[in-house]
Amino acid sequence: MNVVPGTVLEDLPVAEDPPAPRERTRRIITEVPSRADRRFNQITMGAGISVLALLTLVGLFLMIQSSDALGETGIWTFLTRTEWRTDVTPARIGVLGLLAGTVLVAVVAVAIAVPLSVFSALAITEYSTAKRRKWLVGVVDLLAAVPSLLFGLWGFLFLSDKIVPISLWLSQNFGWIPLFKTSEDASLTGSIFIAGIVVALMVLPIITSVVREVFSQTPPGEKEAALALGGTRWGMIKTVVLPFGKGGIVGGSMLGLGRALGETIAVALLLPQVPQKISESIHILQNGGATVSGFIANRAGSDSFTTSGLLAAGLVLFVITLGTNMIASVVVSNSRSGAGVEI
Amino acid sequence: MTDVEIDAEIDLEENLTEQDQEEAEKVFAKKVEIIGGPPAGPATLEAKDACAWFGDRLVLEGVDLVMPKGQVTALIGPSGCGKSTFLRLLNRMHELIPGAALDGEILLDGEDIYATGTRAQQVRMRIGMVFQKPNPFPAMTIRENVLAALKLARLKCDDKDTLVEQSLTRAGLWKEVRDRLDSPGGALSGGQQQRLCIARSLAVHPNVLLMDEPCSALDPTSTRRVEETIDELRGEVTVVIVTHNMQQAQRVSDLCAFFLAAENQPGVVVEQGPTDVMFSTPTDSRTLDYVQGRFG
Ligand SMILES: Nc1ncnc2c1ncn2[C@@H]1O[C@H](COP(=O)(O)OP(=O)(O)OP(=O)(O)O)[C@@H](O)[C@H]1O
Ligand SMILES: [Mg+2]
Repeated sequence: MNVVPGTVLEDLPVAEDPPAPRERTRRIITEVPSRADRRFNQITMGAGISVLALLTLVGLFLMIQSSDALGETGIWTFLTRTEWRTDVTPARIGVLGLLAGTVLVAVVAVAIAVPLSVFSALAITEYSTAKRRKWLVGVVDLLAAVPSLLFGLWGFLFLSDKIVPISLWLSQNFGWIPLFKTSEDASLTGSIFIAGIVVALMVLPIITSVVREVFSQTPPGEKEAALALGGTRWGMIKTVVLPFGKGGIVGGSMLGLGRALGETIAVALLLPQVPQKISESIHILQNGGATVSGFIANRAGSDSFTTSGLLAAGLVLFVITLGTNMIASVVVSNSRSGAGVEI
Repeated sequence: MTDVEIDAEIDLEENLTEQDQEEAEKVFAKKVEIIGGPPAGPATLEAKDACAWFGDRLVLEGVDLVMPKGQVTALIGPSGCGKSTFLRLLNRMHELIPGAALDGEILLDGEDIYATGTRAQQVRMRIGMVFQKPNPFPAMTIRENVLAALKLARLKCDDKDTLVEQSLTRAGLWKEVRDRLDSPGGALSGGQQQRLCIARSLAVHPNVLLMDEPCSALDPTSTRRVEETIDELRGEVTVVIVTHNMQQAQRVSDLCAFFLAAENQPGVVVEQGPTDVMFSTPTDSRTLDYVQGRFG
């Protein structure tokens, strides 16, 4: 039992005359670790440092390689311009249109994947016998093993047509929401919505496994307490499991967001990859949209200035993804449930 | 097993001022109605030929035991003889364990709680449970903890403030937490947490309260408080308590049942009867040995 500050101590006898405090010397104890410990320490430190070094090197590489394009365009202009034209001189390139598409696809993906993940995690941890649990975990993990190219192809060749009626229905019934508005003659294939659905399937396994891990750590005592008070299983989940797993859900979602931001093949196949104004991208049901990673995949291997520009866009994505992941890990480790979870 | 000898001189009543008493009387004068809650008053609980399995293993066999309404029944016996299992049979918590099975009947005021069509939630609402390890909902406030059962069992109550005060007073915790009802339930000492759990169980006005070694994680003072609470509940609620502390069983219980399991045999009730008889002149020599601390 940990001692919580502010705990009331009861019935402590009060000493009448506290004796004057005595001068004391403080002994600082330094432990000399054993050889095995030192060795292990060095190895783990080494591994940790090399990961950091690698990350720094990637960042440095991106910065150096993109300096050409950034220098010519100006960092601020690059960040705030939507068009990407290399056929005019001077070239007018900017990352904003790509970023808008990237963020929208990722947000659609996470919005779809999170509820699904939470419910699959609940199905696995709370509503399954041991045998079915194993089976379900296997299925979800299998989903993670499908190469993203296959997801992309499947989305492009098969799913896309099946989603169009849903898009149509959404635009007809919820067209008053800007997000679901479509223009009269717009095609409904190749939309950010469809790309988001496919990406959702890709991030589903990672979110599910983080959330499941957190749910399975719910203290059994609290679950029993809720049931013993006359709660139904769902009531118990609402009062105990979900509040306990809140941090894990948020963290898992952000981790999924990080993945979704960098997802490449599916979006390269599904979206036209022509940068759009934000005001156009926002209509996610209609054809159009470009993402940083998809755009890079489409345009790679062009002239050196374009390559430099693409790497600049990559740098922006790198920073955003890194930030998302960092926030995710902070959220998870600061939550009650996530203290022991590695993501 | 810790047998804490409690100094009988500790008298907690002395720090209850007259004003507090008056206040308590006033708050209990108010009647709080819980819509959809259990019927009023204590209920008799009776086990008839109760057996329990974990998988293929029979751990409890042929328990016949009457726990009369409003009285305190203590279940004693060495570790692993099936006391907790029996207790969990009584409010249908046993069935939550995969592979668990049972036989026999558990009658609550004459009605089998395992009858088809009887819902476990309904049974558990009428038969509350306090666990060995305090298990408040740590993220909820103290107030929310006390009212948790209303939310969980979807009951309505017209005067929640009074209900909170009554429940906490009955659990002997009101004075200590009245000023911080909105601080989290996890920020209490272990003893306070256990009393919060008792208050939480009492809030729906259950007919029976089951307690599985409620004091084994507590200091002597908190133990004393919990025992006082049990004493005050006598007549209002039927209490069934598992304890390893013989003095505690003697202090709080009216009736006593001695469980015992021979090696690789299911647990059985060797002897049962009024507590004073069980502790002074039991008929079975094994009971005498156990209550005098010669084995177990
Ligand atoms: N979840 C479980 N799965 C399988 N066997 C169990 C389970 N819980 C208890 N048992 C077995 O059932 C028997 C009775 O256990 P029980 O917990 O009822 O004993 P107890 O009398 O409460 O003991 P203690 O005084 O130590 O709490 C034991 O032999 C134990 O091994
Ligand atoms: Mg036990």
